[in-house]
Amino acid sequence: MSFLGKLTLESIPYHEPIIMVTLAVVAVIGVIIAALITKYKKWGVLWNDWFTSVDHKRLGIMYIVLALVMLIRGFSDAIMMRTQQALAINGAAGYLPPEHYDQIFTAHGVIMIIFMAMPFMIGLMNLVVPLQIGARDVAFPFLNNLSFWLTASGAVLINISLGLGEFAKTGWVAYPPLSELSFSPGVGVDYYIWALQISGIGTTLTGVNFIATVLKMRAPGMKLMQMPIFTWTCTWANILIVASFPILTAVLAMLTLDRYLGFHFFTNAGGGNAMMYINLFWAWGHPEVYILILPAFGIFSEVISTFTSKRLFGYKSMVWASGAISILGFIVWLHHFFTMGSSANVNAFFGVMTMVIAVPTGVKLFNWLFTIYRGRLRLTVPVLWTLGFMTTFTIGGMTGVLLAVPGADYVLHNSLFLIAHFHNTIIGGAVFGYLAGFAYWFPKAMGFKLNERLGKAAFWCWQVGFYVAFMPLYVLGFLGMTRRISHTDNPDWNFWIYFAAVGAFIIFAGIILQFVQLYVSFRDREQNLDTTGDPWNGHTLEWSTSSPPQFYNFAKDPHVSDIDCFTDMKEKGEAYQRHDNYEPIHMPKNTASGILMAIGITAAGFAAIWHILWLAIVGMLGAFVVFLFRAYSNDHDYYVQPDEVAKIENTHLDKVARGLI
Amino acid sequence: MSQVDTLDSHSSADLMASVKSYLVGFIMSVVLTAIPFWAVITHHFDTPITLALVLVTAIVQIVVHLKYFLHLDFSEEGKLNTFSFLFTALIIVMVVGLSVWIIYAANDLMM
Repeated sequence: MSFLGKLTLESIPYHEPIIMVTLAVVAVIGVIIAALITKYKKWGVLWNDWFTSVDHKRLGIMYIVLALVMLIRGFSDAIMMRTQQALAINGAAGYLPPEHYDQIFTAHGVIMIIFMAMPFMIGLMNLVVPLQIGARDVAFPFLNNLSFWLTASGAVLINISLGLGEFAKTGWVAYPPLSELSFSPGVGVDYYIWALQISGIGTTLTGVNFIATVLKMRAPGMKLMQMPIFTWTCTWANILIVASFPILTAVLAMLTLDRYLGFHFFTNAGGGNAMMYINLFWAWGHPEVYILILPAFGIFSEVISTFTSKRLFGYKSMVWASGAISILGFIVWLHHFFTMGSSANVNAFFGVMTMVIAVPTGVKLFNWLFTIYRGRLRLTVPVLWTLGFMTTFTIGGMTGVLLAVPGADYVLHNSLFLIAHFHNTIIGGAVFGYLAGFAYWFPKAMGFKLNERLGKAAFWCWQVGFYVAFMPLYVLGFLGMTRRISHTDNPDWNFWIYFAAVGAFIIFAGIILQFVQLYVSFRDREQNLDTTGDPWNGHTLEWSTSSPPQFYNFAKDPHVSDIDCFTDMKEKGEAYQRHDNYEPIHMPKNTASGILMAIGITAAGFAAIWHILWLAIVGMLGAFVVFLFRAYSNDHDYYVQPDEVAKIENTHLDKVARGLI
Repeated sequence: MSQVDTLDSHSSADLMASVKSYLVGFIMSVVLTAIPFWAVITHHFDTPITLALVLVTAIVQIVVHLKYFLHLDFSEEGKLNTFSFLFTALIIVMVVGLSVWIIYAANDLMM
């Protein structure tokens, strides 16, 4: 074994012009950003106020920035696939060679689920949940910082795979025997394993952290059944994270042992069983899609309740429907592999369970409809996303129930019908939800509102683009086109393939408009300042803080006696009260331990991918030493003094007083 | 000072209660272990009845351990631990049980 393991100069794909041009563009953008940071002398700010921050609000913003960056990467993959398929008809080769195309669809799936949707969801949760329950931070602030950097570490590894070596060509599920050493001898699957493993551990820690936070750190008086609905749906998602992510960790560990140490969990030789990988993967994978969608349901509930100026209809049924979905979500996973060939009874059981899970989801939909009924709905951007979701997700849900019939699934399995179905639910459900939450909580996080016109334009591009891009895939599925095809030779499909490509470009326009919206809103921020901290006449505690919130969130612990706690305070005239004296506030100190540990672990992961033993040891040892220093240090908290609190509070309340006139 | 005193007396009462709880748990565990041992060694019952006895006493002993050693109960403070335990148990039973069913049924069809 050489000094650099499998790593040689040949690992750089310099003979692939598409990749080299991409790398060049990324390098230029990177240099420009670095130059700008240097010019405005912001490196210190970046390190001291952001990278080492344990403040849940700043971590939330960093998660969302990560998600937006990875959205660009994942969407580039999507548009490359659509254009390749549009060019490679009637037997033409297109512009992407098959081995590159295979990496693109794998990377697209992994990035969009693990590195776009998850960080977006966890980012919103970080930003909002502690504020909604009236806490000053999460239960374990340092752990929260570490979780973020472990997620970022996985994202870094998957991005390195673009320029060094290759990514997996197995599809985002990496089923053996294809993902075993005998069929995937390259480093692609190893990138997949370590990127998922490291970020998955970060996600598990986040789940533990937020369960502890909502159980132990709610404001005085807030009962569990008075938590805001977004906090509740996040809590169910966290319970699912804690219960399901260890399965992913275990199954990836078994695949690692197969590939690195000659074990045979999933190989035919030696009595392994590849079916067990598929089984365990989806025992995690199905709860995972509910982890993505439940917080989105919470966002829609908050948005609908706020913008109709009504209390949410059926709060309790919403909480219990989420609970029912969480438990049922654990007994439907076989519907991902009906065709594996288990018995008819097994297929029937999982088919029925899958249909049953549509019931609590339907309950939610009616709750939203009844909340809108006789409310005065303000058609803002978050509401548009919500209405778009309600129609789109219903279609996706119904095609899902269709696929839940095992007999129908045998016809549609692995066809583009399936692809259309899950994009219908994940884009139309989860992504629309996060974008609604993004527009809804943006003023809270940044202190100014987003441009309404551009937001609406972006929404319509997404909404129309979605239907144009994915409805043809249902048709193509019925016409027999399977997924993951790099070129086709069937004249019947051509029209629909073109159709879908046009849709992808309409969504592209939507994404561009969103970045334009961010730029324009930032440029015009002086006109859109949110001075009161409550731009939408909100119902829950996060709107009682300033925008952006004071770093300690609440100067005094709020006392809670209602679900819509802030509405209650406003009605009783208890909101915006001035206090004469404040107590010292106990706060956690920023720490570099999280990012330093993650750097060590990233190095170790990279070393494991390329079989560089010494670097793996150095990386893990480095991370462990940083951990020991952190564990034995006593210097991790401080008190904010009352006079500083009074100063910050009075400035905020003066602004509120001027804003309310 | 008085605060410390109440704390002390409080914790000594707690200590008594927990010693009692551990003793009760220990005695019950010993009895529940002795019964199946006796049944297996003496062949007092037929084999199916012996197996059933071992199974039942084992399950009862699990409950005894949970109650007296891990202090799972439905009191205001203990409720949360109990429900987390029950939820975890439910998920494990479902995931493991259904996985076994799935893989066995698939293997059966391939034989």
